[in-house]
Amino acid sequence: MSVTSRSTMKRVAAATAGVAIAITAAGCGTAKESGGGSSGNELTLWTHNAGNPEELAVVQQIVKDYNASQQKYQVKVQAFPQESYNSSVVAAATSKKLPCLLDTDAPNVPNWAFANYLRPLDLPASLTDKQLKSTLGTYKNKLYAIGYYDAALAIFARKSAITSVGGRVPTIEKPWTAEEFKTTLTKLKAAGKYPIAFDLGTGDSGTEWWSYGYSPFLQSFGGDMINRETFKTAKGALNGPEAIAWGQWLQGLVKGGYSPAKSGPDAFADFVNGKSAMVWSGIWNSGNLSKLGADGVMLPPPDLGKGPKIGGGSWQWAISATCDKPEAALDYLKFSLDKKYLVAMAQKQNVIPATEEAAAALPDWAPGGAKRFFLEESKKFATMRPATPGYPYLTSTFAKATQDIVAGGDVKAILDQAAADIDSNLSSNNYYGF
Amino acid sequence: MSSRPGGSQWSGPVLWAVRVLLACFFAFPIVFMLVSSLKPDDQIFADLSSVAAFLPTGSISLDNYRSVFETVPAGRFLLNSIVLSFLTVVLGVVVNSLAAFALSRLRWRESGLVLSAVIATLAVPFETFALPLLWWVNKLPWLVLQDGVPVWTFGWLDTYRVQIIPFIANAFSIYLYYSAFQSIPKELDEAARVDGASWWRIYRQVVMPLSGPATATVAILTFLPAWNQYLWPLMVVQSEELRPVMVGVSYFFQLNVEWGPMMAYASLITLPVLALFLAFQRAFIGSIASTGVKG
Repeated sequence: MSVTSRSTMKRVAAATAGVAIAITAAGCGTAKESGGGSSGNELTLWTHNAGNPEELAVVQQIVKDYNASQQKYQVKVQAFPQESYNSSVVAAATSKKLPCLLDTDAPNVPNWAFANYLRPLDLPASLTDKQLKSTLGTYKNKLYAIGYYDAALAIFARKSAITSVGGRVPTIEKPWTAEEFKTTLTKLKAAGKYPIAFDLGTGDSGTEWWSYGYSPFLQSFGGDMINRETFKTAKGALNGPEAIAWGQWLQGLVKGGYSPAKSGPDAFADFVNGKSAMVWSGIWNSGNLSKLGADGVMLPPPDLGKGPKIGGGSWQWAISATCDKPEAALDYLKFSLDKKYLVAMAQKQNVIPATEEAAAALPDWAPGGAKRFFLEESKKFATMRPATPGYPYLTSTFAKATQDIVAGGDVKAILDQAAADIDSNLSSNNYYGF
Repeated sequence: MSSRPGGSQWSGPVLWAVRVLLACFFAFPIVFMLVSSLKPDDQIFADLSSVAAFLPTGSISLDNYRSVFETVPAGRFLLNSIVLSFLTVVLGVVVNSLAAFALSRLRWRESGLVLSAVIATLAVPFETFALPLLWWVNKLPWLVLQDGVPVWTFGWLDTYRVQIIPFIANAFSIYLYYSAFQSIPKELDEAARVDGASWWRIYRQVVMPLSGPATATVAILTFLPAWNQYLWPLMVVQSEELRPVMVGVSYFFQLNVEWGPMMAYASLITLPVLALFLAFQRAFIGSIASTGVKG
């Protein structure tokens, strides 16, 4: 390199460094920080509803009405796709940019409360007492989230398939016993009209479906993902005799040829197309059941020993711990829980309205209505997923164990390992405050 | 059919059969996507067990495409991705080639060490430094004009720049350019220096014009990840109007997955990439052959 070019480069470097220092120094006096989930009189609201125009429309209507109802605050909606919503929230929490208002899937509430993402909600009992219990997100006896609705699981079946093999069509009042369920499956398989007697819907690789979908069967056997008395161990609950019986039962459904080890990517579409006689699915598919006309029925899960169980808890609303206008956010939440919005949500979506008051206003959901089944089922059989901050680890461990069981692994060894892994995680996280 | 000298008379047909088989193997997913984008969900699944899955038969319509535009602001997302990818590619070509030029042509202390450090960063996957990067971009300054007065703001979240700037400098691109520059005889630089050319002019008028294949490779290898960005935009972008196309895919993963509209959206976002590849197919294959990159 020549002397001339060397000196030119030095000059350029010096000038660049000088500009950078000047810029940095000048910036010191005018630095701006944003955060707190609000800006001026504007509150930001995050929802998981991008890609779900019906639910998003209701949220937007609530926000529009709220903004028009008063002058002090304006709420601004930012919608995220459900599939990646949690990643966005966790990233925002990391950078201290959580919005004031956000929705959260029920099983995440304890974790987000423990991680100080959320603040307790000071809502009056007159409001919370009306709600279905499964729409209240609590952690250590404090309310952190509240929902407009709940979801429910059911066995979707062809009535004709059951009656044609001499089976009884179960009801919420008189569900199938374990023995009746087994007999019905055996007869359906023997009849051979449908390639699959009962599709468990194992094609969904998402972790939460495996916990939401199959842990209720475990609880119906008398087991659980964790000991809920202490929240300090999974031993006994996840690998005791009841849990092992559940694992063998679940595995038996596959080994016996009643259910595929891996369902198609859309088990409900397969059911509608006549590939299965019954499918384990959720309320979100109840609209598609109408394709079968009067032959399509919703049935409760079987009583496997400790009563039929389904998962409880869906999306709920919360206020971030970093919100700098919590009283305004709470005001919005109270406004949004008005009956007319719960009604609108249940009308637009296949969801269970959060209050009896809202259900009574909807013919489908009132006693005797076409969808009332789900509300009764939720009231009687819903079991919340364990309310511990350790739930994300619990659910991923349980999902893996269940996948291994369905794949044909040694049930006892799998559950022993899962219980040991969960206990190790609980211990290394100081039992998440329990 | 004539056979090649030394080859059997069957080698030609067998080779063609293998080629056709491979072409089908790679084309089937795209054909399935395009065909399924025209069918209702029920039919997609009903056709799965037969060859009908790859044929536009049954109830064919553009309903899924209409549904796409009701569910996702697909036009906006496409435009965003085109802008983001284009800027990342252009700035990436300039910055990385300049860095490689400095490493390859300018003689300065520890240039070998710097090159080794640059190459070493290739071993670190993005996921391992995504969170630290998020922390950094949330602290970085930016100059904005407020009422005509320049004011510093801090935090790049929810902007276009946060989706471009962190991905301009790329160790692999620097290494590719460095390798390409090393193969260009230094005598050319010296001849240019004798004629009074500056380093900038040598870079611009001697070295870069001789590095076409490397530039094509860098452009393509920068474009594809920029187009496919998913995790990073999820972490740093909150406003819908700033999101790229890949984030749009997750709009369809509701509890009730709508497969038809998802296939329609996948077709929409694949076609620009496919068109680009077909347009630059010759340059792409040429650059891969010349640089030995199978990225």
